[in-house]
Amino acid sequence: MAHPPGRSTPEPFVWLMFSAGGVVAALVLPVLLVLFGLAIPLGWVDAPSHAHLLAVLRNPLTKLALIGICGLALVHAAHRLRFTVEHGLQLRRHDGIIAAVCYGGALVGTAAAAYFLLATIRV
Amino acid sequence: MTSHLEARYHRQRVPLLWWARRRSYAMFMLRELSSAFVALFVVELLFLIRAVGRGPAAYEGYLDALAHPAMIVVNVVAVAFVLLHAVTFANLTPRAMVVKVRGRRVPSRAVLAGVYFGWLVVTAVLAWLVVG
Repeated sequence: MAHPPGRSTPEPFVWLMFSAGGVVAALVLPVLLVLFGLAIPLGWVDAPSHAHLLAVLRNPLTKLALIGICGLALVHAAHRLRFTVEHGLQLRRHDGIIAAVCYGGALVGTAAAAYFLLATIRV
Repeated sequence: MTSHLEARYHRQRVPLLWWARRRSYAMFMLRELSSAFVALFVVELLFLIRAVGRGPAAYEGYLDALAHPAMIVVNVVAVAFVLLHAVTFANLTPRAMVVKVRGRRVPSRAVLAGVYFGWLVVTAVLAWLVVG
């Protein structure tokens, strides 16, 4: 996109969040997904006890890290899905609404992560 | 015959499924689609956090839901896509940043080895934190 000089856009910031989210998703999500999606349900590994997970989630560092991970990974996915839908299905003329749905969804997910971690898991 | 108006507004039509025509385009589309599964798993993670917050019964119930055959199938597909994301993103690192030690450029293979080593460390720590 071409912009007149001197006018700033949020694009660089969104791309920064996009790549940070991509790194986080690549580093952190595979092991958690394999554990909770396959290894534990299929009985390869014993499920952690509720008390253990609660203790891990009560740690403020875990809370902070998880909110960051969820938020960044969701912004990454939102940014990528926006362009995938627009280019893959040729819906560029609807950029406004597609972008709103994608980033809005990421915002809702991040807020949900913050709510579950800060309000429902008490220290 | 085309009128002046039609000629002026003529645009090359691109087929809707343009990316299905070539392997490399299809791979590009699959890689982009991996982000949908990244988002899906974050949602699964949110439900897990919510269940843990609600107590042992809710947690057990969520574990049962994850063990449902349909969820296993979904998660097998999700693992494939999330790994595709992880590998393609990791392989970008040497191209995205130039690492220099004492003014000399570190070869991209070494950078990549560092990335995968870091990935292994993070994986091991997280696995220990969850089930250890």
